Amino acid sequence: MIEVVSASRCVTCDVCIAVCPTDVFDAGTDGIPVIARQGDCQTCFMCEAHCPADALFVAPLTHPAPPGSPFRDEEHVTRTGLLGSYRRELGWGRGRKPGARNAVGPELGRARITPAAAESS
Amino acid sequence: MTTTALDLTADVVIVGGGPAGTWAALTAATAGADVLLLDKGYCGTSGPTASGGTGVWYVQPEPAAREKAMASREALGGYLQDRRWMARVLDQTYENMDRLGAEARYPFPVVDGRAFKGGLQGPEYMRRMRSWIRRAGVRILDHSPVTELLVDAAGTVAGVHGHRRQHHTGYRVRAGAVVLATGGCAFLSKALGCDVATGDGALYAAEAGAAMSGMEFSNAYGIAPTFTSVTKTAYYGFATFFQQDGTPLAGAGSQGGRSVIAAELLRAGTVLCQIDQATPEQQAQMRSGQPNFFLTFDRLGINPFTDKFPVTLLLEGTVRGTGGIQLVDDDCATSVPGLYAAGDAATRELICGGFTGGGSHNSAWAMSSGTWAGGGAARFATALGASALRRRLTGAGGVALRPTGGASYGGDPGAEAKDVLRRQVHPYDKNYLRHGDRLRPALDELDEVWARLRAGATAEPAATPRLRQAAAMVAHARWMYTAALARTESRGMARRQDFPGLDPAQRRRLTVGGLDEIWVRPESAARPELAVAS
Repeated sequence: MIEVVSASRCVTCDVCIAVCPTDVFDAGTDGIPVIARQGDCQTCFMCEAHCPADALFVAPLTHPAPPGSPFRDEEHVTRTGLLGSYRRELGWGRGRKPGARNAVGPELGRARITPAAAESS
Repeated sequence: MTTTALDLTADVVIVGGGPAGTWAALTAATAGADVLLLDKGYCGTSGPTASGGTGVWYVQPEPAAREKAMASREALGGYLQDRRWMARVLDQTYENMDRLGAEARYPFPVVDGRAFKGGLQGPEYMRRMRSWIRRAGVRILDHSPVTELLVDAAGTVAGVHGHRRQHHTGYRVRAGAVVLATGGCAFLSKALGCDVATGDGALYAAEAGAAMSGMEFSNAYGIAPTFTSVTKTAYYGFATFFQQDGTPLAGAGSQGGRSVIAAELLRAGTVLCQIDQATPEQQAQMRSGQPNFFLTFDRLGINPFTDKFPVTLLLEGTVRGTGGIQLVDDDCATSVPGLYAAGDAATRELICGGFTGGGSHNSAWAMSSGTWAGGGAARFATALGASALRRRLTGAGGVALRPTGGASYGGDPGAEAKDVLRRQVHPYDKNYLRHGDRLRPALDELDEVWARLRAGATAEPAATPRLRQAAAMVAHARWMYTAALARTESRGMARRQDFPGLDPAQRRRLTVGGLDEIWVRPESAARPELAVAS
């Protein structure tokens, strides 16, 4: 779920309010969007992908991160390079090459069925 | 609906802004129609394609390749597909994917000097579709859930009511025709991008008199790391599954072994997984192919290729199942005049039979059926001429809008409905590992909550879309289970523990419909196309 809106990075463009498919954000009085309905977040990472300032961080959990979680810590997600990492992978943003250009996955063969323990060794 | 603040007109209204809706809008606008697209969320991000990305059933127009593509899944689908529809979907998809490259400048990867069109990255695809339809003159209202269809005196669909949730106002659109491209129903399971897919269109279609088809094929569950949303099952084809103590979970697999995972999750609560069958080269290809697959792992600090991590199964219902609104014509017309359906909102039995349409088939279907529905709706609207705007309109919606009375609702009807769905539809031992002895009581409880909703549930205008959504999910579940009980065999993905065998006499599609009283019957007209090519 969405956990971090960085006030220092936010450029108050309101794109996240517009693009969130489940209407999680409200406009804040200071221009910084507010996570108003976190419970409706479907953890689709779309707000993060569309944020032009890499100001949003979506934790990879379908429930709110507990108090003290590093996922709620802007300093942590910035230092570890997680903030803005999805947009980087998508190749969105000035001077980047669209990630779609490289999007060729492996050939998918017949799915593997896990063998029994005795046979697997 | 009391006051209507915004009063609009359009030749064609498209409900839903995923791939099916945007292709429908593009086609209708190109045909000269004035098109209004209404998205419950935001056209460009809402729906499983935008966040998930997708393979595409894109096959070169060579007879042998086409024959192989059509034949390959007929047995899996229980021979319920229609070869004529499969062929036209392959043709239309081929054309649309080429247009996507040429006209929308989609940046296809280049493999061996050729554009690779076997898949689409979701965010890029849907962002481009939005720009493309805007260039074509389509008007878009985001965050504007439709709440009901409007019909004229003859029962022809003639517009919609809705609510603009970020503007706190209702709206009405008078239209010549309506395309429902609202997606399937995943019951708010938090599967990737699926929470906007709550079966709303199916409810609206049924209220106007349409029927459903393929609803028993509704038991798709996607694999995701526990407590996460990213259900991208394909790459688990390279995985080994384990019990909690690390011993291999024999028989488990992403295809053909998912029921073993479900049974172990029910029994022990934990299944571990490791994607240990991918070569280093394949691992690198996975990362460039689907970066969002790695979002979860990178953020949780898991190396999925070397670490064992817990997985769960999230309900994808008719998003990856194949059930939806029944179509009666090649232009994706429903049985209700003026109403068209496309994408996951429509049945995908025609090309998938009873086997999951997930990924490539659904995406091919979305762009093909969207194209046809948009064209059909534009032609219908044009034929009406100016008389379209003079019709007297009535709201077709029932549940949560026009209570039948009797008992007024105590508590919170939406919350109660969601609770019933959590208990009776999400669990693996009800919807997935199906048995009549468990389906029947589940259906009874769903019928009961429906009756209570129908009699007494209402909401303030701002809360109406949510309550209608809850009612749509309950209706969807009742059609699913009614059809599942009627199919007393195991065919395609509709398996019954009490009827494990395939019954040749049941090789026919089931039609299901109704709201207060649900009916189910075999599809009437015998279709010669159903015959399987040898």
